[in-house]
Amino acid sequence: MKSTPDVPLLRVEHLRTVFTLPSGRDAAAVDDVSFHVARGETLGLVGESGSGKSVTALSIIRLVLPPGRIVAGRVSLDGTSLLELPEDEMRRLRGRRIGFIFQEPMVALNPVYTIGFQIEETLGVHGLARGAAAKRRALELLEAVRVPDPSRRAREYPHQLSGGLRQRAMIALALAAEPSLVIADEPTTALDVTVQAEILDLLRDMRRTFGLSLLLITHDLGVVAEMADRVAVMYGGRIVEQAPVAALFAEPAHPYTRGLLASIPGVAPGRLLRAIPGTVPSLGNLGPGCAFASRCSERFDLCDKIAPETTPLEGGRLVRCHLHARPETGGGQINA
Amino acid sequence: MKPILEVSRLVKEFPSRGKLFRRAPALRAVDEVSFAIAEGETFGLVGESGCGKTTTGRCVLRLIEPTSGDIRFKDLDVRALAASDLRRARRHFQIVFQDPYSSLNPRMRVGAIVEEPLVIHRVGSREERRAKVRELFELVGMDPTATSKYPHEFSGGQRQRIGLARALALSPSLVICDEPVSALDVSVQAQVVNLLLDLQKRLGLTYLFIAHDLRLVRQICDRVAVMYRGRIVELAPAEELFTAPAHTYTQALLSAIPHLQPGQKLERIPFDTSGFRALPLREVAPAHFAAV
Repeated sequence: MKSTPDVPLLRVEHLRTVFTLPSGRDAAAVDDVSFHVARGETLGLVGESGSGKSVTALSIIRLVLPPGRIVAGRVSLDGTSLLELPEDEMRRLRGRRIGFIFQEPMVALNPVYTIGFQIEETLGVHGLARGAAAKRRALELLEAVRVPDPSRRAREYPHQLSGGLRQRAMIALALAAEPSLVIADEPTTALDVTVQAEILDLLRDMRRTFGLSLLLITHDLGVVAEMADRVAVMYGGRIVEQAPVAALFAEPAHPYTRGLLASIPGVAPGRLLRAIPGTVPSLGNLGPGCAFASRCSERFDLCDKIAPETTPLEGGRLVRCHLHARPETGGGQINA
Repeated sequence: MKPILEVSRLVKEFPSRGKLFRRAPALRAVDEVSFAIAEGETFGLVGESGCGKTTTGRCVLRLIEPTSGDIRFKDLDVRALAASDLRRARRHFQIVFQDPYSSLNPRMRVGAIVEEPLVIHRVGSREERRAKVRELFELVGMDPTATSKYPHEFSGGQRQRIGLARALALSPSLVICDEPVSALDVSVQAQVVNLLLDLQKRLGLTYLFIAHDLRLVRQICDRVAVMYRGRIVELAPAEELFTAPAHTYTQALLSAIPHLQPGQKLERIPFDTSGFRALPLREVAPAHFAAV
């Protein structure tokens, strides 16, 4: 496998995925989404329900189910353009070069096969190891993800494991084919906080030992702060802000990012929380303007009419907001 | 101050299935739990899944029958109440559930859902009840003309407001909030939490707040009890619990909360589950109790 170090491992450009609503109209769940994940980097993709973060992940691996479909954009992994790849090649690539970790391990694990068998099968399917070698490798993987007593656990079925152990088994499965990119969709959301801490520590270790690039999808800014190098914040199907993690937390530029950070308990002073008024917009309910406009305390007339373009700011930050738009791009005034 | 709710040595055992011809020992979901809540207080009950916090909350309301222990609500001996008296007493203590999607009957209009407790307790005439429902909708920040809609027409946050309106219909003094915002999006969570705080101030409510979100509990609770394996292992004023936890489990739990400072690695404190022993609570500092 050739790799060119200056090209990011994963590059997504102007991705657009639409769902056909019962009315027959197409609504964009993912709209003009562009980002990249560098080698060894962790990108946190943050958003609330319906923001389009999971659909973005599914689009990358081409598992968007009807009535959803990818209608525009480019996705390239290590120089290979994924959206044009024949389905059989894509199938070989899933699991082999892109591993997945889901919120609910029971989705990824097959209930009727033992943990060990599933890892061995994955190794076999991708032609990496068979027979005794696969058995050995499966045990190594379970040990790597710190499953206690791996030879016993390998013979057990998913339902016999606790939630935390199941999540570890799924991580072992995701890493079995030594993919270069792992997409983790809310990997710790269903777990208790102490188990979450263990899994995050594990993911951090795995990232080092396997040299992984990680696309970490979550709604939890605490998880992002601990894990990510850079963050992309999604709202209403679009990425509204992208920045290195420290800069994003220190100085959020988009009003939504600011609101989201301020709404975390303990962040703003006083007993009341700093809430964002209104509700998350539903798919197909978006007007021509900025998706966040109706909830934004800093909106002005332009916000309802025209969706803002992405503006690059200092320090590798990108923001999609009229407050930050440059005059020549048709954006508005900065009223600070 | 005289507590509004006093729970002493509460125990709930569930029968556990044994092997053939062999009885297994009962599972103690709640094990000798004692606490008291003062009027107007927000008392947090925290812990991880399976620790017994939800079972404790339900036992207090006798939604599930405790195995033993005492529950006193004001001057009522809750455990001694006959079914009909319990029903009457329930108007004083209500519960808000976690899941706003499954806790509202999907076939009832939301106005009827909020009105139902008034009907059951035979409060007022039909007209008075309707007026009360409109008033409740306004109280929780909902449009009072929306009463003829069905639950599915509302977002999660709005549904939780409706659940709250229903819980408040009979003007209870104690509300048990069982993970009331954990199913909601972060930006909407804050709205509902603020509403709970606002209602508490306006109506003088007392909250038993059951949650796993430790940041939220720190923000809104006056005192907090930490549960582990059915037992309270620590009970203290919120700020003290978070700044000076005495029990190793509390320390481990708090150290596991993801912090919001990128680049800073906090030390996690491990907790040896096999070394856990059920000890009685003792006062380690004024009003600060720990099972150490």
